[in-house]
Amino acid sequence: MNNKIENTLFQCRAINKEFGNVKANDDISINIGNSQIHALLGENGAGKSTLVKIIYGLLQPDSGSMTFLNKEYSPKSPKDARALGVGMVFQHFSLFEPLTAFENILLGLDKEIGEKELHKSVIKLSESYGLEVNLSSYIGDLSAGERQRVEIIRALIQKPKLLIMDEPTSVLTPFECESLFKTLKKLASEGTSILYISHKLKEIADLCDTASVLRKGAIVGEYDPKKMTPRELGEIMVGQSLFEPKRPVAANKSNKVLSVKINEVKPDTQFGVTLKNIDLAVYQSEILGIGGVAGNGQEELMQILTGEKKDRNVSIKYMDNDIEMLNPRVRREIGLAFAPEERLGHAAVGNLNLLENSLITDPKKRFQKKMGFIDFSELNEYTNEIIEKFNVKTTGVSALASSLSGGNLQKFVVGREIGQKPSLFIVNQPTWGVDALSAANIRQAIVAIANNGAAIILISQDLDEILEISNKVAFLTNGNLSIPTNAMDIKTDEIGAIMGGIGD
Amino acid sequence: MFKLIPRENVSPVLSLLGPLFSIGFTMLVGGILFYFLGVDPFAAIKMIFWDPLMSETFSTYSIPQIFIKGAPLILIALGLSVGFKANVWNIGAEGQYIMGAIFGASFALSLYPLESIFIFPTMVLMGIFGGSLWSMIPALLKVKFNVNEILVSLMLVYVAEQLLALASLGFLRNPDGAGFPGSRNLSQYSSASNSELIMGTGIHLGVLLSLLMVVFFYVLLFRHSLGFKIKLLGNSPKASGFSGDNPNKLIFLCLTLSGSLAGLAGIMEVAGPAGQINIDFNVGYGFTAIIVAFLGRLNPIGIFFAGIVMALTYVGGELTQFMLNLPAAAIQVFQGMLLFFLLSFDLFVHYKIKLKGKK
Repeated sequence: MNNKIENTLFQCRAINKEFGNVKANDDISINIGNSQIHALLGENGAGKSTLVKIIYGLLQPDSGSMTFLNKEYSPKSPKDARALGVGMVFQHFSLFEPLTAFENILLGLDKEIGEKELHKSVIKLSESYGLEVNLSSYIGDLSAGERQRVEIIRALIQKPKLLIMDEPTSVLTPFECESLFKTLKKLASEGTSILYISHKLKEIADLCDTASVLRKGAIVGEYDPKKMTPRELGEIMVGQSLFEPKRPVAANKSNKVLSVKINEVKPDTQFGVTLKNIDLAVYQSEILGIGGVAGNGQEELMQILTGEKKDRNVSIKYMDNDIEMLNPRVRREIGLAFAPEERLGHAAVGNLNLLENSLITDPKKRFQKKMGFIDFSELNEYTNEIIEKFNVKTTGVSALASSLSGGNLQKFVVGREIGQKPSLFIVNQPTWGVDALSAANIRQAIVAIANNGAAIILISQDLDEILEISNKVAFLTNGNLSIPTNAMDIKTDEIGAIMGGIGD
Repeated sequence: MFKLIPRENVSPVLSLLGPLFSIGFTMLVGGILFYFLGVDPFAAIKMIFWDPLMSETFSTYSIPQIFIKGAPLILIALGLSVGFKANVWNIGAEGQYIMGAIFGASFALSLYPLESIFIFPTMVLMGIFGGSLWSMIPALLKVKFNVNEILVSLMLVYVAEQLLALASLGFLRNPDGAGFPGSRNLSQYSSASNSELIMGTGIHLGVLLSLLMVVFFYVLLFRHSLGFKIKLLGNSPKASGFSGDNPNKLIFLCLTLSGSLAGLAGIMEVAGPAGQINIDFNVGYGFTAIIVAFLGRLNPIGIFFAGIVMALTYVGGELTQFMLNLPAAAIQVFQGMLLFFLLSFDLFVHYKIKLKGKK
């Protein structure tokens, strides 16, 4: 017993926090030991962020207590938390892009440290933990991984005893993930405890000693991730058994559905990515997965594929017809369907109700009577069908799209497109920010139409998703697409090398 | 202090109460204004809102007048509302209204004194064409060069006013008019006259068209796919592009449609109640229609009622002018207040107000 108390670095007891009528944290108690990498696992909206914000002093709990280093701990602000020895690296970086890495570190300090002294300790830190950063380069020129390393150095310079990492791998390539894990393991072995927030089950099994699972604001239990399969952990997280979608059985190699050739397409804005050397083809009953870290041309490629952006330097052949100059509506009429990444404001509109949102894509003109009048009974029927088939939780067809949760809206959008029975379905980030159960359902639905003969292009930053259901995979790096390879043959280190950008 | 929190669902009751409350507040604050102008506020408010409808002395004249004044307001507001729904802001309906009148009247007067049944319909079409042509200028500039349509359409009002003066004093001046400004009176040219439909009331074809257009726009906006496309563009240009629509075509359509209706209102007015092209032909219907469009919640049925209420303030305002010696400008302030309060109450319709706890 005694031993256990001595080993505890941080403890919270019966933390409660409500927002309106929602209990974000319901009686949460956790212990974090010294030198421990402790995972906080849960779906979106399970209460992870709220808990972490309380620990970092960004929010105050309604009730409950915390102890840190055997003392009462109740930070009123992040500054308090840092002074007491708690550091945090956020999922969204808070760095100034026009300043250098070193200047950013300097600005983040609570106490004054001389520049020379700081420079020395930064270099020491980065060498001993493998946090390679060119201190004199501007943040705007750095990759996501490098930016994250700047954030980590900034947190470590204050010598925290507890470091909170909020979904750190969501922006990293597999190679960058590996080097992050090395750093974190070394930190832990030298006495810094880490609270690691994620919903990626595989990396938690690799990295963490303990996992506290949150569901609907409450702790479900504490588990040893090394002794469980990711699937078991996932089922605890979701609270019901998960089925794993299987990739489509066999591609029909004789029936090419779409081929795309792009030599070079310049972006519309200076922040866009130039697409180069893209050559892809997708066949009947085949899922082509396109992976890559965000901002490497996914959005631009999607616009070319939907027809929202047209370019004469692109060649798109759909079943032997050139379609590169056709607009999205005409493309839909000949059998394509699209689900872009941004749900609100692109695929669907928050201020419109679900009926009107069904009307956004109407390729077969089934909701139109003669002369362009809207057929409301048909529209009603179709919208209800989507809601029923895809288990969309909503008050009804006249609910505004903005009233739906992200997962439910995504189910609605995917359902709307799949319901058009497309021959080719192009989807970008179908399960981004979607709970695990809905994600599995969406993947299952995509696989199902592929098995019925549709060709699929699945653009996703979730590598596990791509490897799980794709037949072929390719990766986008700086607007270049790697040559599609068989998904079953590819190895993780190969993927890392491709995504790391050999072309540079 | 205070914090504004968007409401998740805007209740229809609340969104209907907004216009009603703003009318109430306009009466209250307008009454205070009238008091300081030395007029009995209760008598003035009663004279604006009650007497034109209910008083035995005035109502036989006033009630048809409400429809006559309401017709151009409703016609113009319907056109504007379609653009406003698409986030296209035509502020220059006043100019398009003038141009409709000039085009139509010029066509008809160029044929004077020829009589033919084809003159009237062609003149109406010319009026519609004149209004739409004037709105095509901001439309083209917007679509081709992304020039702000608010500025261009507004500035073109002043150009149109100069052209109106030119027409009244120059090329349309009545040769038999003893040198006075103003064209021949179209109501005395039977082939071009927009004459009374009901004897002794002054109700003309424009009134009938305004009612038909309410129905037409209701169907267009709520039953037709074009109405949906316009709404989609207004809510999210990106989703509109994703749907496969060409936003530029829709913007062009919205602007020319609103110009056409303003032109139609203009030709109906010049060939009917106004009778002739003259320097003081335009009385601000094009601007007041903006208030009507918002007061009616950009909904055709709402616009009908808003147009009637606004016409009431015109007719009632005239009554207060000669009965109580209230200045004409006071009525314009009164109308402006209506839009001001409406927009203010809209804030409460769309947002909840929360007191932030003290720290």
